[in-house]
Amino acid sequence: MPFVNWLKRHLVVIAGLITLGYLLLPNVVVTVFSFNKPKGRFNYEWQQFSTDAWKDPCGVADMCGSLSISLQIAFWATVGATVLGTMIAFALVRYRFRARGSVNSLIFLPMAMPEVVMAASLLTLFLNLGAQLGFWTILIAHIMFCLSFVVVAVKARVMSMDPRLEQAAQDLYAGPVQTFLRVTLPIAAPGIAAGALLSFALSFDDFIITNFNAGSTVTFPMFVWGSAQRGTPVQINVIGTAMFLVAVLLVLSSMIISNRRNRQKA
Amino acid sequence: MKTTDSSGDVRLSGIGKTYGSFTAVHPLDLTVPQGSFFALLGASGCGKTTTLRMIAGLEEPTSGTVFLGDQEVTHLPPYKRPVNTVFQSYALFPHLDIFENVAFGLRRRGIKSVKKQVEDMLELVQLGEQARKKPHQLSGGQQQRVAVARALINHPKVLLLDEPLGALDLKLRRQMQLELKRIQTEVGITFIHVTHDQEEAMTMADTVAVMNAGRVEQLGSPTDLYENPNTTFVANFLGTSNLIEAEVDTKSGDDIVLKAGGGKLVLPESRCSAPTTTGGKVLVGVRPEKISLTHADDAGEISEGRNRITGKIADSSFIGVSTQYVIDSPVCPEFEVYAQNIDRDARLVPGAEVVLHWNPAHTFGLDAAQDIDAGVAEVEEDAA
Repeated sequence: MPFVNWLKRHLVVIAGLITLGYLLLPNVVVTVFSFNKPKGRFNYEWQQFSTDAWKDPCGVADMCGSLSISLQIAFWATVGATVLGTMIAFALVRYRFRARGSVNSLIFLPMAMPEVVMAASLLTLFLNLGAQLGFWTILIAHIMFCLSFVVVAVKARVMSMDPRLEQAAQDLYAGPVQTFLRVTLPIAAPGIAAGALLSFALSFDDFIITNFNAGSTVTFPMFVWGSAQRGTPVQINVIGTAMFLVAVLLVLSSMIISNRRNRQKA
Repeated sequence: MKTTDSSGDVRLSGIGKTYGSFTAVHPLDLTVPQGSFFALLGASGCGKTTTLRMIAGLEEPTSGTVFLGDQEVTHLPPYKRPVNTVFQSYALFPHLDIFENVAFGLRRRGIKSVKKQVEDMLELVQLGEQARKKPHQLSGGQQQRVAVARALINHPKVLLLDEPLGALDLKLRRQMQLELKRIQTEVGITFIHVTHDQEEAMTMADTVAVMNAGRVEQLGSPTDLYENPNTTFVANFLGTSNLIEAEVDTKSGDDIVLKAGGGKLVLPESRCSAPTTTGGKVLVGVRPEKISLTHADDAGEISEGRNRITGKIADSSFIGVSTQYVIDSPVCPEFEVYAQNIDRDARLVPGAEVVLHWNPAHTFGLDAAQDIDAGVAEVEEDAA
């Protein structure tokens, strides 16, 4: 039974490929339909190949404006959450203070809270404070829910760090600032980077919390949701595909760089 | 190699460290002369690493002062002290390659052209080929040498070594002991070495300070400590000692005559660290390799003037170069004797009646008020 033997030997690969296909199929659909030329206003049925949408990605009214707002919010939310979250993580690992245990568990609460409940409560809070809904309220909300993820990612990294490394740096004439910049930060960097990437992704595609607290501001996810009621422009697929490509390119280039670096050293 | 220059002396005076109610180091005075290889020896928790870290500046002393040469450094942070440390488990920077690890100290002091110095230093520790590798790509022994190079390149006044060989296997450890000793002779820097391994301390150091429970029990050259221990802890922690409880009988000239069991033992007064009044108790010690073993039938052949004890062989184990006997004697239930295998007497088997005898000059006397087994448990703990 050569076929059965072949199957036995490659079962893991086959299972892996099927799972990967399951994961990536939606992306394939998005990409394929970005080259569609729909008859009506809805881009749900394949008609014919066209690159019209790629040639004019901002051809839909207000779409690129909402994209720009989403990117700005995602950027600043990432910066804010990463800086604050990193500091919280260091404080939780390095210092023994009275409320340490409770802070440790409180950090997880926003992750466990149903998003829709949080969105509604935030709105209540902002209204009671008399805050003007818009860019700033969205940013504040995003930094808040991204924080927990940064803390978790950075904490894991800082906890596994040998405290003797910093002592060694001090022993080798590095003052507190140099020690932090040359040793602590580079070693914690992978955790911080993971937290930042996660924050960017979470903020960029958040809909529920944003929708409650946006006022008249429209972010990209809100735009897609709104337009889906009246018709879906192909440009949405173009933006989606472009984001996917940027992400893939970033991953590939970082892999190539680290491979080359390792080869040079070996 | 020794110079009279005292700029590299380390002087600790009254230095102590307490954590809450626990005293890690009782105030101690210690002077390590420039250019010497000094070992702090003791079991884990005896305060040796705390003492080292107070010299490095990584631990703030509760009392006392630290001097490096003429400079008081007690309250200087570690990055302002002209000392460098080789850490236990090395603490190499995982994100930097070997070259950058070694160059770290030079760069922090603003030295621009580091290439030549780093290459020379890597050559000294025989790692020239590995400069561009990351620490995790090296073996334990190589990492250890990087740690030494990273510290030595700064030409510190004192190099502090915190159990630097603890993570290596036995064979590599022996090799690195010789290597470190070679490097120390070559660069002539003062080395202070913390270890719990008595053999390591004795093979490497010029001077050994034996520490126990936050205090220095005894300080001296390895031979001096081994031949003339002043406390039961030192006697048991460094090698093996047979200790017998005895009573002072008389004094004749420079010797003390003691009664132990039914017999008499002679102890040179200069080798007794305890007060000796007639009728007082003293612990008499003798090292296992100083003792000769003669079958009871030949007792007449033993020359006069030697200390003697009778007993029965309880156990013997053949080690190759020597045979180790355990003798059951009325004065000491487990008397250890190491006999060189030169002329083996076939009658010396378990159960045989024997006479143990040794030159009185090899006897030492200790204060009987101490715990006779101090230091024994620690050795076994570390061996396990």
